[in-house]
Amino acid sequence: MIKVRNLTKYYVRNKALDNVSFTLKEGEILGFLGPNGAGKSTTMNIITGYLSSDSGTVEIDGINILENPTAAKKKIGYLPEIPPLYNDMTVKGYLEFIFRLKKVRKPVKEHINNICDQVKISDVKEKIIKNLSKGYRQRVGLAQALIGDPPLLILDEPTVGLDPQQIIEIRRLIRELGKKHTIILSSHLLSEVQAVCDKILIINNGKIVADELTSSLTGTGSSTEKLSLIVEGRKTQVQSALQKIDGVTNVTYLGEAEKGCCEFTVSSRRDVRRLIFRSLAKTDFNILKMTPVELSLEDTYLNIITGKSEIKEAGSDVSNL
Amino acid sequence: MSAIYKREFMSYFTSPVGYAVLAAFMFFSGIFFYYQCLYTGTTSMSGVFQSMFLIVMFIIPLITMRSFADDRKNKTDQALLTAPVGIPAIVISKFLSALSIFALCLCSFVIEGVALTILAKADWSVIIGNIFGMIILAASFISIGLFISSLTESSIVAAIVSFVVNVLISLLDTISYTAHIDVLTKITDAISFQGRYGNFAIGQISLSDVVFFVTVTCLFLFLTDRIVERRRWA
Repeated sequence: MIKVRNLTKYYVRNKALDNVSFTLKEGEILGFLGPNGAGKSTTMNIITGYLSSDSGTVEIDGINILENPTAAKKKIGYLPEIPPLYNDMTVKGYLEFIFRLKKVRKPVKEHINNICDQVKISDVKEKIIKNLSKGYRQRVGLAQALIGDPPLLILDEPTVGLDPQQIIEIRRLIRELGKKHTIILSSHLLSEVQAVCDKILIINNGKIVADELTSSLTGTGSSTEKLSLIVEGRKTQVQSALQKIDGVTNVTYLGEAEKGCCEFTVSSRRDVRRLIFRSLAKTDFNILKMTPVELSLEDTYLNIITGKSEIKEAGSDVSNL
Repeated sequence: MSAIYKREFMSYFTSPVGYAVLAAFMFFSGIFFYYQCLYTGTTSMSGVFQSMFLIVMFIIPLITMRSFADDRKNKTDQALLTAPVGIPAIVISKFLSALSIFALCLCSFVIEGVALTILAKADWSVIIGNIFGMIILAASFISIGLFISSLTESSIVAAIVSFVVNVLISLLDTISYTAHIDVLTKITDAISFQGRYGNFAIGQISLSDVVFFVTVTCLFLFLTDRIVERRRWA
């Protein structure tokens, strides 16, 4: 669906993007993750044709955005970081303007009504955009991206500034849209990307530092397992009992959770939950809590961004981070 | 293209700008008409058209100041530039909508012409020729205004710079009178807006004047297109 090859972009002398490449298949949802100023918006602006790159190519459905911008742009719906809304227009007037601007060949009224229902702005259709709340403005922005049913949706931080209820709604909507559209979305919120996206691209200082499936980044497919344990008993005795268990590679004491109880993190090569249960039961130590610890995307992200990943290049295996 | 044209045109009337421009133009055109036709008892509207040069010069920056500057400030240019529309179409749509607002202003001359017809015998060929002349003069000023608006994010800055540029353009004649340097006089005469417009006002439509204003218009529309395009590469 989309092929991005070796994008490089300079802002005066600052290198904003450095050899960014990735591909996305039809129907996939890609999360674009990175700190402020990493190059997320720049990449999106180049894909949509708002900016030009200094080198590299963008192909949408086989159409090069530089060679045939009009045809390529017809396939894209774009919600920029700040929704491009004309404050002096009504929601309906604005959406009709976008409809004509995109030269959509569909029945206007029906198409706009469907989109308004989908993003839940039907009740404010007659209102002037200036008077809308942040949440509604964001949804009108999303509605304009959806006009013409473009196969590729590019959403730059679609949930910024929304309240938790609205965030949940928008995420649900994005997942729903993902059934019919290919989506690229950027976010600071790792949980959001984790909840919505199939693939994750982490970008830092204009470089892609990780390009992986969400599942492998969060460690569900990793070979190391971690358990968090709270056990009633003496630290040294419990620790030595745990270390004796077959498969356990490391036991870390975290402190006294409550009186007479110790908290540990146990790393192992395989699932040792049953062995731990039996072994501790035999020695009369009561297990009060046992939870598998998943390496969260936050940990992975911070590891990558703070530089542990400098050796990692795009496409490398980051599952063991 | 028609979508942008329509939106831009309507936007003049969702803010006070369109009404203010129309009111100011009609007010001054009415005053000049009263003093130079009704009060002096003549049917020649040449004086009115000549006096209106100054008003056109000051009113057009108000029409063009927001067209590109506001789009950049509010980021609405992202909607336009990521839509399947070329930059030339965007520039031309904005130009035509500004020119349409100006054309509405010219209705005041039609009303004045009708008034003259009722009172005496109006020379409609002069009036129509003048309206045509004023439209191509305005087209040049509008294209310069659009160009200046495309250089900045602030509509106020765009308006002030356009005023200054327009005043400088009108000062060209003064320079040519006072400098007494042959070459300079020739150059300033050739590019004098007021001098060329003056020919229209007295009822002479010459091809060279028409070509001059059309060339200026095309040049600045082209430059505007380049500025918008260049920003994509910045």
